[in-house]
Amino acid sequence: MSVNMNSTRATALAAAMAVSLGGVSGVAQAEGSLSIYHWFEYIPQELLDKFSAEHDVDVTMDTFDSNESMLAALKAGKMGSYDVAVPGDYMVEIMRGEGLLDSFEPAELSNFNNMEDQWIDVGFDPGRKHSIPYQWGSTSFSVNRDVFDGDIRTTSIIFDPPESLAGKINVLDSQGEVLALASIHLGIPQCTQDRDQLKALNALLQEAKPKWASFNSDGAKDVLVSGDAAVGMIWNGFGAKARNEGANIEYAYPVEGYIVWMDNVVLLKDAPNRDNALKFMNFLLEPANIAAVTNFAQYTAGVKGVSELLTDELKASPEANPPADAPAGTFVQVCDEQTQTFYDQIWTNLKK
Amino acid sequence: MSTASARIRAYPGFGIVALLCLVLLYAPLLVVMVYSFNDSTSITQWGGFSLRWYKEVFTGVEAAKFKVAAWNSISIALMATIAATTIATSAAIGMTRGGLWRGKAASFALINLPIMVPEIVTAVATLIFFSAIGFKTGYLSILLAHIVFCIPFAYLPIAARLQGINSSFEEAAIDLYATRWQAFRYVLLPILLPGVISGALLAFIISLDDFIITNFVKGAGIETLPTAIFGAVKQGIKPNIMAISSLMLLVSVVFVTVSWWIGRTGNKPGDT
Amino acid sequence: MAGFNPGNNASGGSVFADMRHRLLMPSWITIGVLLVIPVLLMLVYSFLTKEFRGGVIWEFSLAAYDQFFFDRGLFGDEPVKIEWTYLTIFARSIVQAALATFFCLLIGFPTAYYIATRPASTRAFWLFMITVPYWVNLLIRTVSMKFLIRDTGPLNHWLMQAGILSEPLHLINTNIAVQLGLFYSYLPFMVLPIYASVERFDFALLEAANDLYAKRWTAMRRILIPVVKPGIIAGCILVFVPSLGAFLAPDLLGGAKNFMIGSLIEEQFKGSAGNWPFGAAASMILLSLVLLVLMFYARSDARSAR
Repeated sequence: MSVNMNSTRATALAAAMAVSLGGVSGVAQAEGSLSIYHWFEYIPQELLDKFSAEHDVDVTMDTFDSNESMLAALKAGKMGSYDVAVPGDYMVEIMRGEGLLDSFEPAELSNFNNMEDQWIDVGFDPGRKHSIPYQWGSTSFSVNRDVFDGDIRTTSIIFDPPESLAGKINVLDSQGEVLALASIHLGIPQCTQDRDQLKALNALLQEAKPKWASFNSDGAKDVLVSGDAAVGMIWNGFGAKARNEGANIEYAYPVEGYIVWMDNVVLLKDAPNRDNALKFMNFLLEPANIAAVTNFAQYTAGVKGVSELLTDELKASPEANPPADAPAGTFVQVCDEQTQTFYDQIWTNLKK
Repeated sequence: MSTASARIRAYPGFGIVALLCLVLLYAPLLVVMVYSFNDSTSITQWGGFSLRWYKEVFTGVEAAKFKVAAWNSISIALMATIAATTIATSAAIGMTRGGLWRGKAASFALINLPIMVPEIVTAVATLIFFSAIGFKTGYLSILLAHIVFCIPFAYLPIAARLQGINSSFEEAAIDLYATRWQAFRYVLLPILLPGVISGALLAFIISLDDFIITNFVKGAGIETLPTAIFGAVKQGIKPNIMAISSLMLLVSVVFVTVSWWIGRTGNKPGDT
Repeated sequence: MAGFNPGNNASGGSVFADMRHRLLMPSWITIGVLLVIPVLLMLVYSFLTKEFRGGVIWEFSLAAYDQFFFDRGLFGDEPVKIEWTYLTIFARSIVQAALATFFCLLIGFPTAYYIATRPASTRAFWLFMITVPYWVNLLIRTVSMKFLIRDTGPLNHWLMQAGILSEPLHLINTNIAVQLGLFYSYLPFMVLPIYASVERFDFALLEAANDLYAKRWTAMRRILIPVVKPGIIAGCILVFVPSLGAFLAPDLLGGAKNFMIGSLIEEQFKGSAGNWPFGAAASMILLSLVLLVLMFYARSDARSAR
């Protein structure tokens, strides 16, 4: 009768198509599904395929490039969409405090006892009620040896670089790690509430900024391989991958100290597929499986019986074997709300 | 006379600027296209001609991811186009055939609001809205957002064409006892069709192109081609990305050619 | 694309006139629910209290705007000064967008004019050549530019091979790279609307001016430009507005170091800042800026239509 009919009919058609196409492009071919929120370039696709085949589960994975952006995405409406995520140590503590994690009993994971003892009673998740150890490593920086042949075992390379490296430095786009490493450089405690120390931290970063070329986490490896940066703040395993891809770089264990971290697989609250999430976590506690991640990402696993499954290349890698005289690394600390506000302010000042 | 007028029209140097403009527009695209055929894994060194990166796009480890992303992009663009073009056609008739009335300017502004609001603002507002009403982001949230910003892009060409069509056509139909639906369906729509098609094409490409809004409102496990490419590119420009880019350039060329052809054949009949 | 003028078909008594509201309703509802309400909600959010680590608390607060405009020192107890951090980011965005508009106009106007004065056969070819990049994905174009200009990229490679440069021209991760990206992204947006209005220009006017011994450039300034001004302004808006809120160019070409408004807003929702009210406030300020520019356009458009 009217033109409206045309539009109504077409809209109905579109809606019907939406439903049917949504069904196709979504999931539902396999028994169940599993939705993972993971760091980028970390887990080999073959391992996901293996899990998928063993348990008849459709696996989808989204990636993030910093603990902070993962938290932001979860809080911006993605809770209830993912089953598991892979936050670093301090982020596990934050997420626990925010009530974003579900808990499980050790009995629910048959491989629970495969965890290395030192990684069970950890400060960020005592007794492992919400998470399992995944990989651990360090955050420092790699330097291109074609460009600079001096002493690199000092955080000054990043925060007070020699002339020949100024303007050729890439820094991780990760607030927690940058501010922690800067605190180590200054020799001040993390999450300090001392005003002079906070001002010094702010001043240090302001002075360093003109000497930094970019903030990039995803591209931290690529900028070193392509030569866009001569110094790159980087995770040890990612640095090893950059070296394996042909960059003439050396990873530094600075005498002032460096960051250590552990990534963990956490069970998210409101996980749509809690059973599959636990199956996946159990799967990753199997030495052969987690060793595949370690060989791919070049970090260190927190599971017993992995070391004999590693490639010789990784066993001998300078990134994974700190020199004997290297100081112990420092974990990133969780600051209280007030200090975090200062940190946010310092970070914004830095990135403006 | 005609040579004299050509001389008056011509401004010295404009031709060179126009050539420069073409060079500027195409140089980066052509460079990427050339390097997509580079056999070397290193993207900066030339290692001979090869199609290996095109092969990798379709069979490599990331092939499945990009295939799903491409399918999402196309299905969303298709549905958003159908919905937006339908809504826009109806709106265009209402605007151009509705006579003069209070609120017409406001209605015009409303329909074109999605073009005027910066994308990042639309993205933020939509995210806040979905989050506030507890609407879980996913495939549908992308589709809804796309429908909205496609409406004005579909509307503008349709309305432009409607303005060029004399309303005596549908009046004549009514005089011959056609219903309004018949007048629209059998008289107005065939003349209007080129406008509808170019509006739909524009909406389709705009949906396919969108990154910022999609990046904000996409849900878990849903990627479109631009968000998937962005994720890959952040880790470094790899040769397979160049191959995908070149393929998308090709798609654009085909699209422009098709819309060109439709525009040409469609412009002849029915014009007033 | 060229104009934003509402259709003024004078045929008021069309057969569809009395059902205009029903015809317009679907567009009103879609845009009203999915854009107008969200923007209003965003306005409300900008006046709420931020929740620690993302989200909002439903309590009225001016903190977001206060943070934007006023500096109370790192600890909030110093005498109030003007906060330059965000104003600088906005100023940088405005300058970048204005420069991109200027350069696009500088190249785009002669190009559009040149195309419009070609004979019909070659004109189609030229238009085709300009339209293709316009349809190529913006992301792909930004990435292409990044690839071309990086330190170890083809441009530097050739320039050094040709002996023009002895060491790479350092462009990537600078404001210049962002500018190049914006210019390159939006150049076709400038050419097409100007072309559309030059094409409709009656060149007999130029001939008349010539007969009256007007110099060429005078004829352009006094006759051509005033007539095609709507096209020029439309082109400027189509370049300026998206440049102002650009996100891809500063992120991919600027090294996420020299923030523009788009990156600042993105950081509040997806990055570490997690300050939703502030992100909403920055979005509102950006939106007001754009609406101001559009109002200026609408006024000048109305004037030139007279």
